[in-house]
Amino acid sequence: MQRYSAFALARQALNHHEGWERAWRAPDLKDRYEVIVVGAGGHGLATAYYLAKNHGITNVAVIEKGWLGGGNTGRNTTIIRSNYLQEESAAIYELSRGLYEDLSQRLNFNIMFSPRGVLMLCQTEHELRAMKRTAHANRLAGVETEMVDPARVKQLCPIMNVDGPRYPVLGGLWQPRGGTARHDAVAWGYARAASDLGVDIVQNCEVQGIDVSNGKVMGVRTSKGAVRCEKLAVVVAGHSTVLADMAGFRLPIESVALQALVSEPIKPVMDIVVMANTVHGYMSQSDKGELVIGGGADGYNNYTQRGSFQHVEETVRALVETFPIISRLKMLRQWGGIVDMTGDRSPIISKTPVEGIFVNCGWGTGGFKAIPGSGWATASLIAKGEDKVAAPFSLERFREGRMIDESVAAAVAH
Amino acid sequence: MLLIPCPCCGVEAAETEFHPGGEAHVKRAEADASDDAFMDYLFHRKNPKGVHFERWRHQYGCGKWFNLARDTVTLEVFGAYPADAPEPPAAIREAIAARAAERGSI
Repeated sequence: MQRYSAFALARQALNHHEGWERAWRAPDLKDRYEVIVVGAGGHGLATAYYLAKNHGITNVAVIEKGWLGGGNTGRNTTIIRSNYLQEESAAIYELSRGLYEDLSQRLNFNIMFSPRGVLMLCQTEHELRAMKRTAHANRLAGVETEMVDPARVKQLCPIMNVDGPRYPVLGGLWQPRGGTARHDAVAWGYARAASDLGVDIVQNCEVQGIDVSNGKVMGVRTSKGAVRCEKLAVVVAGHSTVLADMAGFRLPIESVALQALVSEPIKPVMDIVVMANTVHGYMSQSDKGELVIGGGADGYNNYTQRGSFQHVEETVRALVETFPIISRLKMLRQWGGIVDMTGDRSPIISKTPVEGIFVNCGWGTGGFKAIPGSGWATASLIAKGEDKVAAPFSLERFREGRMIDESVAAAVAH
Repeated sequence: MLLIPCPCCGVEAAETEFHPGGEAHVKRAEADASDDAFMDYLFHRKNPKGVHFERWRHQYGCGKWFNLARDTVTLEVFGAYPADAPEPPAAIREAIAARAAERGSI
């Protein structure tokens, strides 16, 4: 792999930048792999990378129906945080946030991780109490967060109206090491590093069937031919049910549309991420100057990757009260992704009723922040058959009623 | 935006007047059923990429629950029917089959 550095950049500049290699190979699909990962989004690519890096399993293919990182990895609002209520969640999200810290160096790819701080507003008495509880839970779980008062909120984000008539800001849960990263770069960085370790990434290759014999996975049928494999990891977010149907098992997943939008670019006005859960809106400013805005998910099953107008209106209307400065901004673009929701709003990283098939899904509205930790834990589960971080997130929890309830802790798109 | 007909009061209105209630025709597990049966009843969902039979409530209208047949890919609404119907009525099933045949012939 051609390493990226200031020196390499200078050397290439002398050649008019004509000497750069492809970032990752574009191989043909082989007949057989040890592990096939379906889905070249962040989670799938991270799984493949850690299989190769941590466990030495390099006979791996990542196959993707569309293009690399074209699903939810390219459709989120790039927020990274780990201030979750439950211990199990804190473990995986904090592992993930920690891995993000030096991911650029490890992948030799600038993912532009920016730990600018994430502030979750408390705009009702109930929310204030719930966030205080989360702050205590975070302290016990070793996640660095603190409660801040309205004066500090105003100091952290001066454009905010903390005395709003309907929803005054009563405080906030502040995670100083949360932030954002460049979402496409995370997918590209993992793809490049995984490809370098020998992983085959095959795009425009749709899985059309899964061959199962005697309760064990044999391989997959794709638009580029049949491939045999020993293990299959299904990491396809919104389409998890479609793949599970092919393999003949059921999932506790419902696919719904979640959307986001960006404003026209303006001068820097906010240097942190603000999430307002009561009014269902969150906002940060990208390096280009656009305000990146997210809101709540649609309520009904949907595979269209489109948003709905009334949710844009709801989100923006709510944010205008808290951020009066944005009232005359034009919105530039809006897009939607299909997210896979579980009943307890916690993910699934699990073996399945079919031997050799693993699923990584159910991240719902908050998968981006979890990419490194999710890949790390899924790779370990596939390689060793068990993983301590992934264990609580098994499908068994739905049979046992052992929920990891984050839906009450953050009943908003996150 | 979806246009949804309410079979209870006869109004056809935008989706903002209604509230979605998830998959229809889910059968409650018996009290002495196994854990697997309860997992099926409580959590497992069909979540089809295609026609979905689902519950809706006319929240800002007559307030009543009903069922709806809707495609999750095209967002086409095939029709609404009473909440207590054990299965979708013949007219709706025919409309769905006709649309499937039409698509197959393209």
